[in-house]
Amino acid sequence: MDYKLVVVGASLGGFDALTTILENLPGNFKLPIVVVQHRTRDTGDTLRANIQLRSHLLLVEPDDKTEITPGKVYLAPPNYHLLVEKGYFALSIDPPVEYSRPSIDVLFESAAIAFGPALIGVVLTGSNRDGAKGVSLVKEYGGYVIVQDPLTAESKTMPEAALALSQVDRVLPLEEIPLALAELSGTL
Amino acid sequence: MDSRQQERENLEIELLLEAIFRYYGFDFRDYAPASLRRRIIKARDQEGISTITGLTERLLHNPNYLDRFVQALSVNVTSMFRDPEFFLTFRKKVVPMLRTYPSIQIWNAGCSTGEEAYSLAILLEEEGLYARTRIYATDINEEVLKKAREGIFPLEDMKDYTANYMKAGGEKSFSEYYSANYGNAIMRPGLGKNITFAQHNLVTDGPFNQFQVICCRNVTIYFNKELKNRVHELLYQSLVNFGILGLGSKESIHFTPKQGRYEQVENTISLYRKIG
Ligand SMILES: C[S@@+](CC[C@H](N)C(=O)[O-])C[C@H]1O[C@@H](n2cnc3c(N)ncnc32)[C@H](O)[C@@H]1O
Repeated sequence: MDYKLVVVGASLGGFDALTTILENLPGNFKLPIVVVQHRTRDTGDTLRANIQLRSHLLLVEPDDKTEITPGKVYLAPPNYHLLVEKGYFALSIDPPVEYSRPSIDVLFESAAIAFGPALIGVVLTGSNRDGAKGVSLVKEYGGYVIVQDPLTAESKTMPEAALALSQVDRVLPLEEIPLALAELSGTL
Repeated sequence: MDSRQQERENLEIELLLEAIFRYYGFDFRDYAPASLRRRIIKARDQEGISTITGLTERLLHNPNYLDRFVQALSVNVTSMFRDPEFFLTFRKKVVPMLRTYPSIQIWNAGCSTGEEAYSLAILLEEEGLYARTRIYATDINEEVLKKAREGIFPLEDMKDYTANYMKAGGEKSFSEYYSANYGNAIMRPGLGKNITFAQHNLVTDGPFNQFQVICCRNVTIYFNKELKNRVHELLYQSLVNFGILGLGSKESIHFTPKQGRYEQVENTISLYRKIG
């Protein structure tokens, strides 16, 4: 399959998990990566800046209608939902979903509709159930899903909820996810 | 969902939007598809109908449902001094320029329940400019305009708004601007005296005045690219030369054809000056 986009959802413990993934992805990783990391409203730019220190890929917080370009990591801004349209991002301030804005479900659903089988979804550590519905939609639309092995997750609720709802393609310890992504994307 | 089913869903959504446009004149056809779809599905589920086509039928044959549906499609969340840095920069960088005008016309497009317009009024009053200012605050949605005209907001929100107000450079006690009454904050009479709340649809209505300032924040995020660009044309035409355009904090003039016609007033703040 010719994958075109990676979406990643993380909550509690996500900062370390995301950093581990991004510092182990090669600088020539060619698919755009879109990340929803739950966080409080006013965290400003620090999350992005801190992960950037360890990532080979450029991290940006997209504005509304920012074009999705390969080789970049897009981090959902605080207090907005981040949705994917064909080729560009859309932001919304619709009410929180499952108490979350940004919501992993909202991102995954929009990406599944826009990218179908060309989508890879990744669910990481977290202490709530956001992302479970999203994963089931990614599968419904023919995409590929990797869930972090709950045993290796700082908080296992989120990966477990995703696994309880869907049959996914891979369950991997955190350290093996970057390699799997590189392989799927054809970067290796 | 396979591609045939997806094709069918897209078609059903298209027909629904076409129907409410042709029959009722509400044009949602160019709204941002991903979030619009979510709201349509939610409305369908709330009505207990199994298909989008069923929703279209209800809309066409039950005019009473239209209002509720339009409400379900719109997102009206707003607050006072939302993104305080925006208002702080407005105070520091835009107010000095406004002082040079004998009268000031402001358009607050997509004003929702009015919090943004009242915030502008407070700021301008503190800067001694309100007496010669008129704020045209418009929205597509008559329900929110009704609330805006009343100028009554939930008292419980005032704590957040006070914090925003202070971050936006406010130096008074924010409680001077409202009186508390049974859980309501009633805006001080007089604060609304130079604000005109009126219905205007950015999709179907044209320019209606020339403005020194236009604030259109968190509205075009609900439009698709093409409609957003059309609205930017309208805003551009409605601004005087060197007029100021204020956008939401995650909206930018880049990615629109008007990009070269504005300069940013201050780095990282969505305030732009029309320069050509
Ligand atoms: C999220 S609110 C933004 C309120 C305020 N400007 C703020 O930033 O807090 C978006 C508003 O845009 C209005 N709106 C949506 N479509 C519109 C249209 N075609 N013309 C005018 N207003 C519209 C909605 O009714 C809603 O009140």
